[in-house]
Amino acid sequence: MLEQIEGSKAMARTIALCRPQVVCAYPITPQTHIVEGVGDLVRTGALGNCEFINVESEFAALSVAIGASAAGSRAYTATASQGLLFMAEAVYNAAGLGLPIVMTLGNRAIGAPINIWNDHSDAMALRESGWIQLFAETNQEAADLHVIAFRLAEELSVPAMVCVDGFILTHAVEAVDIPEQAQVDAYLPPFEPVQSLDPDDPISIGAMVGPEAFTEVRWLQWRKQHAALERIEALSAEFAATFGRDSGGLLRRYRMEDAELAIVAMGSVNGTIKDAIDELRAEGVGVGLVTLVAFRPFPTQALREVLVGAAHVLVIDRSLDPGMGGPLASNVDLALRNLSPAPHLHSAIAGLGGRAVTKTAMRQLARDALADAWEGPRFVDLDEKVVARELHRSARERRCGPSAEHVLKATEREKIARVKAREAMR
Amino acid sequence: MSSDVQPVKFYQKGTRTVGNRLIDEAARTVQASRERSNALTSGHRACQGCGEALGARYALDAAMRASGGDMIAVNATGCLEVFTTPYPESAWQLPWLHSLFGNAASVASGVAAAMRRQSRKTRVVAQGGDGGTTDIGFGCLSGMFERNDDVLYICYDNEGYMNTGVQRSSATPPAARTATTPALGKEPGNVFGTGKFAPKIAVAHEIPYVATASVADLHDLEAKVTKAMGIEGARYIQINTPCPLGWGAPPHETIALARLAIETGLFPIFEAEHGRVTHVRQIRKARPVEDYLKRQKRFAHLFTSENDPRIAMLQARADRFIAEYGLVEA
Repeated sequence: MLEQIEGSKAMARTIALCRPQVVCAYPITPQTHIVEGVGDLVRTGALGNCEFINVESEFAALSVAIGASAAGSRAYTATASQGLLFMAEAVYNAAGLGLPIVMTLGNRAIGAPINIWNDHSDAMALRESGWIQLFAETNQEAADLHVIAFRLAEELSVPAMVCVDGFILTHAVEAVDIPEQAQVDAYLPPFEPVQSLDPDDPISIGAMVGPEAFTEVRWLQWRKQHAALERIEALSAEFAATFGRDSGGLLRRYRMEDAELAIVAMGSVNGTIKDAIDELRAEGVGVGLVTLVAFRPFPTQALREVLVGAAHVLVIDRSLDPGMGGPLASNVDLALRNLSPAPHLHSAIAGLGGRAVTKTAMRQLARDALADAWEGPRFVDLDEKVVARELHRSARERRCGPSAEHVLKATEREKIARVKAREAMR
Repeated sequence: MSSDVQPVKFYQKGTRTVGNRLIDEAARTVQASRERSNALTSGHRACQGCGEALGARYALDAAMRASGGDMIAVNATGCLEVFTTPYPESAWQLPWLHSLFGNAASVASGVAAAMRRQSRKTRVVAQGGDGGTTDIGFGCLSGMFERNDDVLYICYDNEGYMNTGVQRSSATPPAARTATTPALGKEPGNVFGTGKFAPKIAVAHEIPYVATASVADLHDLEAKVTKAMGIEGARYIQINTPCPLGWGAPPHETIALARLAIETGLFPIFEAEHGRVTHVRQIRKARPVEDYLKRQKRFAHLFTSENDPRIAMLQARADRFIAEYGLVEA
């Protein structure tokens, strides 16, 4: 039944329908409402037979989940940003051990400078950890992806991360159809672990592996991710058949017919881009969109198939690798390697640390990509004046102080100047 | 004969040096039974005279007896993990899980939670060295304590990071030479006024049970593990386990050194329940710390000159423990 509900609450209720047996909670904005929501459902008894554990850190949150999963229980936790980095060692460990933990990532920027708002830096930082990473476009998809994630993770015995844009999705109230328990039960069978700690059949898990076998263990992990490509498609189709709506999949196309320019993006920003595309199409510009749902495994083949006809590909990254550029752009570039005819690739960095990604900016970016190409990453809506002033200031003296604070001061001064100018005009 | 006859005293109180004959039958040392679980079986790669291997073997077999074999062990990274599980070999004859260096307590909490949710009575033991416990794993350990999770955590305390080549940990005693506190400069060895005695911090969490034990008294060690296994909630046992390599002593000295650590007062043996010390293993007459120090190369720099004042400082440390825990019989 459709209801107006906060994204986090919708996710919490859907996660509860997946019947996790151990849920580890540690607060970090903007993920906190999700674990609070699950906690409420445990307290009221709506989610029965579930251990809700308030831990002392994110490192412990995932470690408790690792123990629970290795002991044969369905385990869930959620985190964001600094929290994901604080548990980084355990993130790799869960993947290496092949434990099908599901974790929500309320995507948020990473400091310094400290910033609680949305971008994809956290997910990108751990993209090579061996987890499945699925990006939600809407709150409906955010909720649904959890059901698919549990099924997928447990089938392959690999952990899965559901990436949900912080605030933009987690705190937004929109219409979500929360599934029925019977539907979820039909789709998601009880957890049957491939390995479990059992005194009747004692095994050692987590042994030391030397050069004689490490490559083989890693190869199997690589193969598992490849198997996931196929399973994500199949499980999403099964999801559609069970729940009567499309969610997930590897990627989605929007108005890609005869598109001269294909935009590639992940997460909630796709809504804005679709609006921009509708306008551009009405103006006769041949623009389409490819929304990536699966970032890990990276759907190389599927992407090549949808992008092969496009003359231009514009990749919107919501994070920055300062020494390289946009991580998504780098991945798309790799996927297009040796593609013939090869599209011209354009990279844009947008929406860092919660900066709004506007329709106007997306329209301009698309037009520029077609008419006025650029090299390297372009920073959308970058305030050139502010950075120029900071560069000038820091060139003047060695002991120039912290740049973040100076930039803040400069933008504040500009704001005041603008207000004063407006008042003077009046 | 005068009336004030000196009472007969047999050696050190509580030891078995007088043999089995004077001890209650149930407490006597006997040949190991064929039923012994050998949870940590032979063939592993520990050094000769390894205190940790000995401590782990006795602790886990006692736990196995107490749980009827229905238990799971979680291991922190460290010597114990490395020498028992070089792939594809494993010396563990019980379900065993190793995740990371600093998270054994949390992983064990997760296993315990899973057991509750699966309505299984399986008990959970976590174990690690002093580095994995009192340093990198301390946050997770404290969290497990304060939540009173149903886990017995055993710390094998060999007073340093032995697996990585003998570096200082927060359990390394003052003056001890390690690779990161070398016997060089004006103040050779580990700095005085640093480090922590983790059992005391465990007691401060007011958890159901905290104990210290030693490989010099395996009966006491087994009794404490057995007792701990019978208690619900968070439990902590720190076992003094000398390391021949790290301490600079021949393998056959392991037990002797562990005994001297007790008899000098440098490693107090006690039990505490819910934040209160309930039992202390007393020593009849405290031995001078020199007896302990001079048998280890890690303290050799204390004996290169006459009357190094730091020996007195270490004696003062032992005396503080003796006074605090009432180690010496009145």
